[in-house]
Amino acid sequence: MRPSKTALSRRRFLLGTGALATAAAMPAVLFANPGAAPTRTGARLVVVILRGALDGLSAVPPYADPHYAGLRGELAIGAPGTADGALTLDATFGLHPSLGFLHERYAANELIVFQAVSSPYRERSHFDGQNVLENGLAKPIGSADGWLNRAIAALPGDPRSPTRAVAVSQNVPLILRGDSPVMSKSPQITPDVDDDLLARLQDLYSQDEWFSARLSAGMQTEKLADDAADAQGSPQMAGATGADRVGAMARMTAALMRSEEGPQVAVFEATGWDTHANQGAAKGVLAQRLGGLDKALRTLSEEMGPLWSQTAVLVVTEFGRTAAMNGTRGTDHGTGGCAFLAGGAVRGGRVITDWPGLSRTALLEGRDVKPTLDLRSVFKSVLGEHLHVDARTLDVRVFPDSSGARPLQGLIRA
Amino acid sequence: MDMQAEIAVLRFGLGAKPGELLVAAGDPRAWLKAQTSGSVDICSATPLARSDVIYTALIAAREDRRLRRQASAQTPAATPDANLAVDAKAANALREVYQPHYRAQVLARAQSAASTDRGFAERLVYFWSNHFAVSADKGAVFGLAGTLENEAIRPHVNGRFVDMLTAVEQHPAMIAFLDNQYSVGKDSDLAQRAERAAAWRFDAAKPRRQFGINENLAREILELHTLGVNGGYTQADVTSFAQIITGWSIGGGKGRLAGGDPGQFYFRENLHEPGAKTFLGRTYNQPGRSQGEAVLADLARHPSTARFIATKLARHFVADDPPAPVVERLARAFLKSDGDLPHVYAALIDSPEAWSAQPQKLKSPQDFVFSSLRSLDMSPQRPEEVVRSFDLLGQRQYTPGSPAGWSDTAKNWDGSDALMHRVLWASQIAARFDSSKDPVDLAVSSLGSYVRAETLSALRRAASSAQALALLLMSPEFQRR
Repeated sequence: MRPSKTALSRRRFLLGTGALATAAAMPAVLFANPGAAPTRTGARLVVVILRGALDGLSAVPPYADPHYAGLRGELAIGAPGTADGALTLDATFGLHPSLGFLHERYAANELIVFQAVSSPYRERSHFDGQNVLENGLAKPIGSADGWLNRAIAALPGDPRSPTRAVAVSQNVPLILRGDSPVMSKSPQITPDVDDDLLARLQDLYSQDEWFSARLSAGMQTEKLADDAADAQGSPQMAGATGADRVGAMARMTAALMRSEEGPQVAVFEATGWDTHANQGAAKGVLAQRLGGLDKALRTLSEEMGPLWSQTAVLVVTEFGRTAAMNGTRGTDHGTGGCAFLAGGAVRGGRVITDWPGLSRTALLEGRDVKPTLDLRSVFKSVLGEHLHVDARTLDVRVFPDSSGARPLQGLIRA
Repeated sequence: MDMQAEIAVLRFGLGAKPGELLVAAGDPRAWLKAQTSGSVDICSATPLARSDVIYTALIAAREDRRLRRQASAQTPAATPDANLAVDAKAANALREVYQPHYRAQVLARAQSAASTDRGFAERLVYFWSNHFAVSADKGAVFGLAGTLENEAIRPHVNGRFVDMLTAVEQHPAMIAFLDNQYSVGKDSDLAQRAERAAAWRFDAAKPRRQFGINENLAREILELHTLGVNGGYTQADVTSFAQIITGWSIGGGKGRLAGGDPGQFYFRENLHEPGAKTFLGRTYNQPGRSQGEAVLADLARHPSTARFIATKLARHFVADDPPAPVVERLARAFLKSDGDLPHVYAALIDSPEAWSAQPQKLKSPQDFVFSSLRSLDMSPQRPEEVVRSFDLLGQRQYTPGSPAGWSDTAKNWDGSDALMHRVLWASQIAARFDSSKDPVDLAVSSLGSYVRAETLSALRRAASSAQALALLLMSPEFQRR
């Protein structure tokens, strides 16, 4: 259960002055009066990673492509206006009927849909594919840290403070790992740990920098989450259940980001997209997942409140799936896929694609959607225009060897 | 300081039960090697149901669900809510079939981990089970996940890699997890008959069932079970291998999918793509099921497989970034013995790099829970407590979520929130522990000379026995191995 006000102030006291706490390990931000905290840009970036390879041709069906229905068979999403048909985007593309919230955002000019995109990875391993998506390089190995971590090094604020970015999970995914400290916070509400035990552990870890850094980041995060729940004045966050994990992550993301001292950058992950068998079309397993994601994004937008206008949400996956249905009413690992950029800060209402088509000769190796846009071009644009990371940092530090992937222009409202 | 017994029991094994360090101290290497022969059975009082029994019960429950849905479709419900209620009931019925098995398997595993005298052998079971991961969060696998470990891994942990590999790839849990049971060759008997029947019917309005392969199992065998992602295969090899193992299925279907013993591996000749195939530059012309088995046999002695397995073993036992000489040595032992695993384990035990006094590995949540149970000499009695523990710590048993299994490096377990959850779990279990035992004695019996003076003094100063135990479990020397 949520701690009472008294418990909160007790923890605050401990963090600030605890006799056993090593004050040096405490970033200055904790000691600052929240009212006097330095103002910084209000821009917020949320990255949602869909692990398992989302089927781009189901999420963003190219209903008008002459080869689509034939390749997809019973998996094809019908044209807008037909029963269970796609939600209209333009004369070629629609959205899966489960993506009602995203469709509203499109109509409100707050969503850009990317189609036929991919990272530079061209094989078909989930795990290598996710590594490339997250490490920002052209190959799966060669970097133990992620591009988003390298990007936050360029953000304003104390570089030693772990509160500039949060992974909404117990552990930190590759995209956020690296030299810049970050916090993690799983969406479940957990009971508080006894403060005296924490203080003694800080003491026990005083000779062990590795444990000590994590404990102090964990305690700061708990405080942020407590404050957020407190500010909300309701146990709403505790409503997060296992059944709606993605929704719970969205709620926790918003709760932390809304806070004055909260993170500017957040990452959360959703799994279950590896639809090799019986994936369904307008209804079915994939439709349910998409509906869950859509609902979570709606929750995120609602709970961000006024901050939504300064928010960009990037939804990405490691690669797309085969253009044709396989032998078990599913799809196998492919290459080109889709991505979304949503939020009040986004100059949306557009589909950005150089659509290669689905004819046999247009497919990559005769089976996959051919990618025509490098996702790093999208990432660079978002980091540059939204978080004001300068171009040189992006080219040299964040995405080395990416000169072929020039940033897109004008994805974010000026 | 001589840390050999500590390393044998804490790094190679699952952590020290009271007295275990003394047992191993005589000859730590011999203590380990003695564990590398024979089957490694689960130590649980209650017998577990076998996979075919569980699978058959699932099929029956699904059929029941289908009938219920049919019935509710024929008598339209007054409200949409009533329909939802029927669905929810059906889902519950499925869960009722599976859940008791999942729980029994999880409890039996935790009891084995807590009580075994062969901690190294038991750790190897978990290593291989994670190497050949299936995930219980996939509907068809929930309830079967533990059976793969108990039926296909345990009998072969101290045997030959090829036997374990074959047993795993023909286990219903793996076949269901990676969707191979209905992967169909284009020229198979089934596809050809369907083609002819469709040509007769000229019924253009009726959508034709398309038959074809599903490459999931073939790809993951190559990428995750044998050669490794850079092991030297192409997309054409994946496709060809998928053709080769068409027909590797599970017995007990209906209609054209009838045949075989329900819930057991069954080769469906009528789904199999006939003829010779080329794979990794070699031609395989064996008939039927033996073609896939021939490929597995070749994969099991491939140098890429040797290197991949060697790297993973070295990463698990020595360091996240495994030293090249250890990998080299293990790969050589693998090839030289033709994949006879005890030879590989011996090369590991004889590697000086594995005996560095400084702990190199952060315990995974599973390591942490199991070693805590051993240190406190506790054996869980109720499945709920085990399930809840692993939920809390973010490593729900048999649920890595992906066929790659759980990560074996600290980077994936070292979030600040993960640490807070460990503190929470440690304080909960400590609060339930018999407070008459002296925490300092427990620290010595579970960590031996690994325990630091600072930790002992923190235990002595603790406000309560429960707090002292929580501090012990959360001490850096307990958290690492």
